Amino acid sequence: MSERSEPMSGAQPYRREGATGKTLRFRFDGRDYEGLEGDTLASALLANGVRAVASSIKLGRPRGVYAAGCEEPNALVQIEEPFPEPMLTATTVELCDGLVATGLPGQGRLADRPDPARYDAVHAHCDVLVVGAGPAGIAAASVAARAGARVILADERPEPGGSLLGTTETLDGGPGRDWAAREVAALAALPDVRVLRRTTVVGHYDDNYVIAVERRTNHLGAAAPADVARERVWRIRARRVVLATGGHERFVAFAGNDLPGVMLAGAARTYANHYRVLPGSRAVVFTTNDSAYAAALDLADAGVEIAAIADVRQAPGEAWAARCAGRGIELLTGHVVTAARGEGEVSSVEVSRREGGEAREIAADLLLVSGGWTPVVHLFSQAGGTLRYDEELGAFTPGETRQAVEAAGFARGVGGTGARTLRACLEDGAEAGRRALAAAGFAVPAGIALPSAGEEPAAAPAEHLWLVESDDYDAHFVDLQRDVTVAEVLRATGAGLTSVEHVKRYTTAGTAHDQGKTSGLLTSGVVAHALGVDVSELGTTTFRAPYTPVSFAALAGRDRGHLHDPVRVTAMHEWHVARGALFENVGQWKRPWYYPRAGEDMESAVLRECRAAREDVAAMDASTLGKIDVVGPDAAVLLDRLYTNMMSTLKVGSIRYGVMCRPDGMVFDDGTVIRLADDRFLVTTTTGNAAAVLDWMEEWLQTEWPDLRVHCTSVTEQWATVALVGPRSREVLARLAPGLAVDNDSFPFMTWRDAEVAGIEARVCRISFSGELAYEINVSSWFGLALWEAVMASGEVTPYGTETMHVLRAEKGFPIVGQDTDGTVTPQDLGMEWIVSKKKADFVGKRSFARADTSRPDRKHLVGLLPEDPGVLLPEGAHLVETSALPEPPVPTLGFVTSSYRSAALGRTFALALVSGGRERIGERLYAPVGADLVPVTVTSHVLYDPEGARRDG
Amino acid sequence: MLLIPCPWCGPRDEAEFHYGGQAHVAYPENPAALSDEEWARYLFFRDNPKGLFAERWSHTAGCRRWFNAVRDTATNEIHAVYRVGEPRPVTA
Amino acid sequence: MTLRTPGADLPDHPDRLWRPAEPKRAYDVVIVGGGGHGLATAYYLAKNHGITNVAVLERGWLAGGNMARNTTIIRSNYLWDESVGIYEHALKLWEGLEEDLGYPLLFSQRGVLNLAHSLQDVRDSVRRVNANRLNGVDAEWLTPEQVKEVCPIVDISPHVRYPVLGGTYQPRAGIAKHDYVAWGFAKAAADLGVDMIEHCEVTGLDVRDGRVTGVQTTRGPIAAKKVALAAAGHSSVVAGYAGVSLPLQSHPLQALVSELLEPVHPTVVMSNAVHVYVSQAHKGELVMGAGIDAANSYRQRGAFHIIERQMSAALELFPVFARAHVLRTWGGVVDVTPDASPIVGLTPVEDLYVNCGWGTGGFKATPGVGWCYAHTVATGEPHPLNAPFSLDRFTTGKLVDEHGAAAVAH
Ligand SMILES: Cc1cc2nc3c(=O)[nH]c(=O)nc-3n(C[C@H](O)[C@H](O)[C@H](O)COP(=O)(O)OP(=O)(O)OC[C@H]3O[C@@H](n4cnc5c(N)ncnc54)[C@H](O)[C@@H]3O)c2cc1C
Ligand SMILES: [Zn+2]
Repeated sequence: MSERSEPMSGAQPYRREGATGKTLRFRFDGRDYEGLEGDTLASALLANGVRAVASSIKLGRPRGVYAAGCEEPNALVQIEEPFPEPMLTATTVELCDGLVATGLPGQGRLADRPDPARYDAVHAHCDVLVVGAGPAGIAAASVAARAGARVILADERPEPGGSLLGTTETLDGGPGRDWAAREVAALAALPDVRVLRRTTVVGHYDDNYVIAVERRTNHLGAAAPADVARERVWRIRARRVVLATGGHERFVAFAGNDLPGVMLAGAARTYANHYRVLPGSRAVVFTTNDSAYAAALDLADAGVEIAAIADVRQAPGEAWAARCAGRGIELLTGHVVTAARGEGEVSSVEVSRREGGEAREIAADLLLVSGGWTPVVHLFSQAGGTLRYDEELGAFTPGETRQAVEAAGFARGVGGTGARTLRACLEDGAEAGRRALAAAGFAVPAGIALPSAGEEPAAAPAEHLWLVESDDYDAHFVDLQRDVTVAEVLRATGAGLTSVEHVKRYTTAGTAHDQGKTSGLLTSGVVAHALGVDVSELGTTTFRAPYTPVSFAALAGRDRGHLHDPVRVTAMHEWHVARGALFENVGQWKRPWYYPRAGEDMESAVLRECRAAREDVAAMDASTLGKIDVVGPDAAVLLDRLYTNMMSTLKVGSIRYGVMCRPDGMVFDDGTVIRLADDRFLVTTTTGNAAAVLDWMEEWLQTEWPDLRVHCTSVTEQWATVALVGPRSREVLARLAPGLAVDNDSFPFMTWRDAEVAGIEARVCRISFSGELAYEINVSSWFGLALWEAVMASGEVTPYGTETMHVLRAEKGFPIVGQDTDGTVTPQDLGMEWIVSKKKADFVGKRSFARADTSRPDRKHLVGLLPEDPGVLLPEGAHLVETSALPEPPVPTLGFVTSSYRSAALGRTFALALVSGGRERIGERLYAPVGADLVPVTVTSHVLYDPEGARRDG
Repeated sequence: MLLIPCPWCGPRDEAEFHYGGQAHVAYPENPAALSDEEWARYLFFRDNPKGLFAERWSHTAGCRRWFNAVRDTATNEIHAVYRVGEPRPVTA
Repeated sequence: MTLRTPGADLPDHPDRLWRPAEPKRAYDVVIVGGGGHGLATAYYLAKNHGITNVAVLERGWLAGGNMARNTTIIRSNYLWDESVGIYEHALKLWEGLEEDLGYPLLFSQRGVLNLAHSLQDVRDSVRRVNANRLNGVDAEWLTPEQVKEVCPIVDISPHVRYPVLGGTYQPRAGIAKHDYVAWGFAKAAADLGVDMIEHCEVTGLDVRDGRVTGVQTTRGPIAAKKVALAAAGHSSVVAGYAGVSLPLQSHPLQALVSELLEPVHPTVVMSNAVHVYVSQAHKGELVMGAGIDAANSYRQRGAFHIIERQMSAALELFPVFARAHVLRTWGGVVDVTPDASPIVGLTPVEDLYVNCGWGTGGFKATPGVGWCYAHTVATGEPHPLNAPFSLDRFTTGKLVDEHGAAAVAH
């Protein structure tokens, strides 16, 4: 990057006399510099005479600091230390010791290591949210807070004051910034007031839901404490919002308006007054309004030579003109800047009369521009408010809104042409505060004590100049960051485009990091000029959140890693972990998948577990199955309506398997229903669907059948369940529950008994998801681990996981909802006609079975598949075709494999599949394309093991 | 994030609620008596107006009650909330 | 100093696009909605069927609806044969579209990865890959390590809450620049004589004896022999003017971009389980989509908690994005059907055609649906590729249920 003069190391040659503060060291583009506490990176660079900070994205032109706030269009930097962060504006980076940054040529760079910082979010509620702690905002907040309202006052800067920070205006006889500091400190001391510094309100949503982001530790650099969130998202719900967001100065399109050394006049003033930095030595001022005069005079006071003021107007404010004359500043009325010139930075400025004629070249290293001020209406617009064009201001101001929000101060256009009158803004803020109070139901105080402001000269009307006309518009920049020139805007309108949105997309104006804060209106102005229409007709492009860029990490907050989604574990979880189980995520649950022993891979572990369940005894933690208590005199009626089969005929003490469909007839969930009493059922659901089934029941109950006297309660977490499976399960249970008669006659299949198991009160159900003799022992989850340990104590029971459970049930042809169904499968498709009641007049889904497509004979049916090579395991998800060689695509598929396993019991591989007309194809040979091969398979019944059901009674 | 006034709990964040689509679509008295077209209408066709819409919400992370609301889908403004079974109130 | 940023320059648009037309009194075909679908339909009506007395009526600025708001993912690896038919037809057209339209579309076949995070995701993904292959669609199943080879910044470690168990990959899939696509179709159609009429909202459909005869607009009545609806999120409203009800619900869908970043993300990654999809556009910005708002709304603005959720999902998969910044968020209004598949074809009103229900995923179909819908409108018979997407399927039950494959089908 280029520099004007070689500063001595640490000399800060452009720092004004009398600047105080701790010296901070930083490095920029590989060079070491010093700055002062309170600096931004931009002010520190200016203090060191660094003019070119970045280079432009398309044209590679050098670019310097243009503004003094978040509207900065040019000075984009990459932070390297303390931690890499892409693309920030140098004007908003607070200087910290050890900061290392580089200027950007357009693209930022992400860190290649994990971000160690933490981020969080908080909710806040208030009566009045005031956005912006400038004069209007402070006045509004004071009025509201002093009347007892809960107030939040947020400002993006480290200290309050807003525009007061950049000026020399006085309040109550002292510097305005001191008043702001005092007033805000007093507010912060009130119990119901929260002052948020370094907090940018970025989004304004429906019902006054407002998102703000607080930067909490960035300014501390490497000294930032690791346990404090670096950034915090504030989710604020406010009864009233007062937007005191001030304005952004805009520039004018003229040749070379992007050269380092060209700067917004108000920004230069802020650098001189607030940061005590001189942005140059000799300046020309180019303005369309009175506001730049104050900047010129302040800079002159600070020691910058003001070579001339070119004012496009014939009649600038008289008082201002007089003051300039008094200072010996040359005033060129009716003049424009036709070009800024220089190698890499401004060295001269060409001015001429507006109507043309002789141009004059003035030597200068600084060109201050003011094209007028644009109220910051972003949040108002985001909130759904309309905008209207203010002729006097030459900008859009807030119009109508249905939300409880209003703008105050310059954000509302108060103060007119840009020479913002401090007193008017204070009064307007106070009035907004009063209105907010009244609307929020507070007593409105009668008198409001406002600080006394100094006299300000009467302002002369501004003129709205968008561009300085020329024959060549190639260096008249409209959007500095996107390198969009007037020439390009003209190309767009020349191509036939007539809407600002189209021009924006054609040229990319307004789409950069600054989202067009300084250029948006200018673009509209230039388009209007090109089309010969008025800006007011044309409008602007839409304002979209966020107001300023927000880090992904801030928005993600704490919801990462194990907090991304809650982790649910059963009462026995620790045991599984200790036993080296591998886990499967099932919904939010962690379920043991299988328990490998030393030297075992998954396949051998699962075969061993399966064998234990079929030949010996094994146990599974089945606690995650959903459990819902359905209670009330009409409980049976409800279940009859929701299940495809009859539940009302179930006897107390018995259990029935059931399937639920959606109204479209497709299987939704399945599970067992236990009748505990005449008016009490316990419904079990699949693990993943537990919440959905409860919601389902409640929806029908509350919205369709409120007359049914039933209530439903989730008891999933209250019970722990052990499935004890295998020919020897009866023997183990008998030992654990000596008081329970376990013989088949006393405790038949599909019944349940209360019993004491291992000394724990339990409900034992004789159900089987494996076809083997099996029991499900349910105890209060407090005793889940104790029960499990008791079952395991003898060492003869093999623990098994979900994989083995899946194999066992598949051997029996029991489908898993979600695996063997996909939302397009009916109970009939699953071969479960038997579960679809013919007796019931109706149940949810019944009518759909009669639709043309649902009664088609060639629907996909659940069938079994046996690969002809019993060692070949079909991949789940493999498809099936009819032919032994694949024709050219598209090849019609007959269906696909839903489940596929090696079976210890069958001594071979097998699969379940959904196959078109599958039940009619039993015995047929089909082919499964797997990689380059076509694997021949034989279609069989989906029940492959113990089709007679001989094993379930032991 | 709308602020939804649950008739039972008062105003709460939208994230606490589950949306239930159009209100006042009763399950047919006798589905078996319906033609395929009529049944399809019940299954799949719901009003989708731009403007006032009577719709169902359930306060799933609160009282877990279903209720109805009249909301303007063009502005998201909620004009009324009322309990299940009550008629749709007259709104402006 | 002439540091230049790779990808900073976008190709230039042509010097002439379309001329804004004044509405004539009558047209052979009036297309309602100047989004991608309306414009592509106009182009193929003119090009394939020689029907050029056509007006595209757009209530705002041309292609300012979802066409201007989508995340531009293009792929054809859908689950069902019916879907693959039309999306693959579209993809084949995409492959020659820049040339056909004579417009640089930044069509970039950088591949799309769909990640799997549960064993069931894996089964579903493999099923889809195999279905795709039988349909002649390029599709691969990748292990987590292979996923990382394709996209090195994906976190495939087991510490992720829902670890990546693999993914499907379609190498021919990718992205394009939406505005360029819209303008390419608009210019090409306009060059063939189609009228582009902006700021012209259709406020009524004239139906006489069961036939549509024209439209009422904010710029006066326009007679039409045929009317083709292509109003995306507003389809229910427009079809309602003719008494046609559609099984649609309109929801806000949001997306966002980051600042321009040096290239880190070479492909497109989608994850339905963790719910995020992201690509890095030509200039360097990360483009990401969020989920739909649950409630119906025509407000082109979604709720913010959806964005927050999406960001946490994004950082789960891409921890390197932590300090990237959200520059801009926006929303569109998408028309969602019960089976997440579109409706393209005839309506109960004669000469009135409907194309809607593309929901969260119709950008990729733009050329394909334009082609087929133009055929449908021109001949009065559905093109074989859109025949399965009739309105009638909701009565017969023959849905094309892409929900099973993706909750959000981008
Ligand atoms: C955030 C977001 C992300 C998306 N991401 C993807 C993606 O990655 N991949 C993908 O394939 N798809 C994606 N989509 C979906 C895709 O954008 C849409 O499916 C597709 O654009 C719809 O077709 P269209 O372009 O014609 O719609 P639109 O562009 O919405 O066109 C409809 C037009 O009709 C106009 N209109 C409406 N009513 C009237 C009326 N009464 N009179 C006149 N004109 C009217 C509208 O103003 C609009 O311009 C996304 C959508 C959104 C919102
Ligand atoms: Zn409630």
